[in-house]
Amino acid sequence: MSLIEVKNLKRTFEDGVKTYALKDTSFVIEKGEFVAIMGPSGSGKSTLMHILGLLDRASGGKFIFNGKDVSKLDDNELASLRNEEIGFVFQSFNLLQRTTVLDNVILPLIYSDNKINAKKRAEEVLESVGLSHRLDHYTNQISGGEKQRVAIARALVNKASVIFADEPTGNLDSKSGAQIMKILQRLNDDGNTIILVTHETYTAECAKRILKMKDGELVSDEKVVNRRKVNVEDVIK
Amino acid sequence: MFKTLIQSVKIATTSLLSNKIQSFLTMLGIVIGVASVIVIMSIGSGVQSLILSEIKNLGTNLIAVIPGHGDDEDPFASMGGFAVTTLTYDDAVALRNKQDVPNVIAVAAYSRGFGTAEWKSETYSTSLTGTTASHIDVMGGELKEGRFFNSEEENRFSRVAVLGNDVRDELFGQSDSVGQKIKVNDYTFDVIGVMEERGVVIMEDYDDQIFIPIKTAQRMMGVNYVGFIRIKVNSEEDIPQTEEDVKAILRERHNINDRSGGKDDFMVKNTAEALDMITEITDSLRYFLAIMAAMSLVVGGIGIMNIMFISVTERTREVGLRKALGAKNFHVLGQFLVEAIFVTLIGGIIGIIFGVAISFFITIGAHLLGYEWDFIISLGSVVLALVVSSGVGLFFGFYPAFKASKLNPIKALRYE
Repeated sequence: MSLIEVKNLKRTFEDGVKTYALKDTSFVIEKGEFVAIMGPSGSGKSTLMHILGLLDRASGGKFIFNGKDVSKLDDNELASLRNEEIGFVFQSFNLLQRTTVLDNVILPLIYSDNKINAKKRAEEVLESVGLSHRLDHYTNQISGGEKQRVAIARALVNKASVIFADEPTGNLDSKSGAQIMKILQRLNDDGNTIILVTHETYTAECAKRILKMKDGELVSDEKVVNRRKVNVEDVIK
Repeated sequence: MFKTLIQSVKIATTSLLSNKIQSFLTMLGIVIGVASVIVIMSIGSGVQSLILSEIKNLGTNLIAVIPGHGDDEDPFASMGGFAVTTLTYDDAVALRNKQDVPNVIAVAAYSRGFGTAEWKSETYSTSLTGTTASHIDVMGGELKEGRFFNSEEENRFSRVAVLGNDVRDELFGQSDSVGQKIKVNDYTFDVIGVMEERGVVIMEDYDDQIFIPIKTAQRMMGVNYVGFIRIKVNSEEDIPQTEEDVKAILRERHNINDRSGGKDDFMVKNTAEALDMITEITDSLRYFLAIMAAMSLVVGGIGIMNIMFISVTERTREVGLRKALGAKNFHVLGQFLVEAIFVTLIGGIIGIIFGVAISFFITIGAHLLGYEWDFIISLGSVVLALVVSSGVGLFFGFYPAFKASKLNPIKALRYE
């Protein structure tokens, strides 16, 4: 069973005139893949990611997520599914202000029915992104790279089936960006499915497969031949 | 669910602390509203207890006979008409008859007006109370100097006067008063006594009066009727029987054959009834004022709505994030509602503390002024204040919270 299966996916917006943000897009993503969705702004890559991330609904076509036809789910069911199956990493971090690193990572567990020890689980994932020493720091006391690592930990805390990373390095310096990409690659090596949205070729080449979008259409779907293995030391030089 | 609640309270605290001035001002509206409700309820109870204790001090074994006919539903119907002339001095005398009214202890008749008293160069305007020698037997009161007039002086139209303490002070200052002659409305009176200070009893200032024999007063005012009659009976239990006796005698004297009371030209009231009536009046007054004060809570509620809208707008992105991470609509709704209720509830609690403190100081003040004022904070008013203030939070917080819960996660995440 594929993780994500879309067929003739469409998304239109009506605001006086009808615009097609997404036209007849079809592809399949299997578990364990590392896919980069590329394209210039306005290409529909964000719209695609919002639909795949269950934040938005398609106007037409079929979307099977983990065997479920999501078009039949209501808002609350989508929220539950997002909570259990999907982790998000945003360009602008989107951490809660005036809240500790630990509490930020615990956040998805508040909305979960999982009866696990939230604090313990959050500490585990924070350790895996190398932030054990920052648990009680507030989010305004840590660097941008650290913020994004908190966001990754938050995406991992619910053992999501897929992690969506929307321009995760866009607001970071190259060294921090490289660290984030390295973590994402390691997570993928551990078996996590990762879908990356980016417009930088350099970042996209860290993935194993690239979907290129243009004017709301999928224009190419290729495996990355020379996959870039991120080495942080290289970047510093 | 419990986890969500704790989290909501935590979020609410953080958000309130980060907008300290706004939160404080919003809370202030609730604090003032709740404090006023508490204070008004407490003052109301205090005044009520004060009036009731005064009436009880007079004794609950008093009956009053007032002229005129009034419906039971409208006890004040006769008050508008001034010159109701149906009661006479002889009626009062007849009621003293132990054979007809076995339980009577004393009967006093009253005829009241205003008078200007003069002594040397001093003049003082005050109430003039024409009464019978039995006044003290019925209404109590002590003499500070001299004596009260007797029934002989009453019957002889004697011009003798007993002064209330304030009247004495106003006219005579440091000088002796008993034995002096004063002029009241140009008639010369001998001062034979001064009453001990007594203060205000049921809206009547006993210290600011001149007591003169009733017949003398009637002659001065040119009237032949009395204003009202007061009867003291053995005990409260004897009141119903005595009332019937009084009615029978007066109907006979006034040639009224209708025993149903429909044609009576007088009314018989007792202190127990007066107690009920005053309780009823002060109760409704108290609740009316409390409702007025509660209106300020509504104004406070609008403040709550305002700060909640600000809070929702400021945290649009946060709402988007929470939804992206799996918060359902009711989680978001709950979060903002808890915040609104939290503000009003804290405001309510502070308001209660202030209200109780203010009421307490008012009690101390009243005691310093010599009033028998009870410090009463009813549990009801505290519960009411808490329920109303959190209800205000719930009501006025609902719309902003509902709006937040309906936010589209993508738009909210992109909100700048």
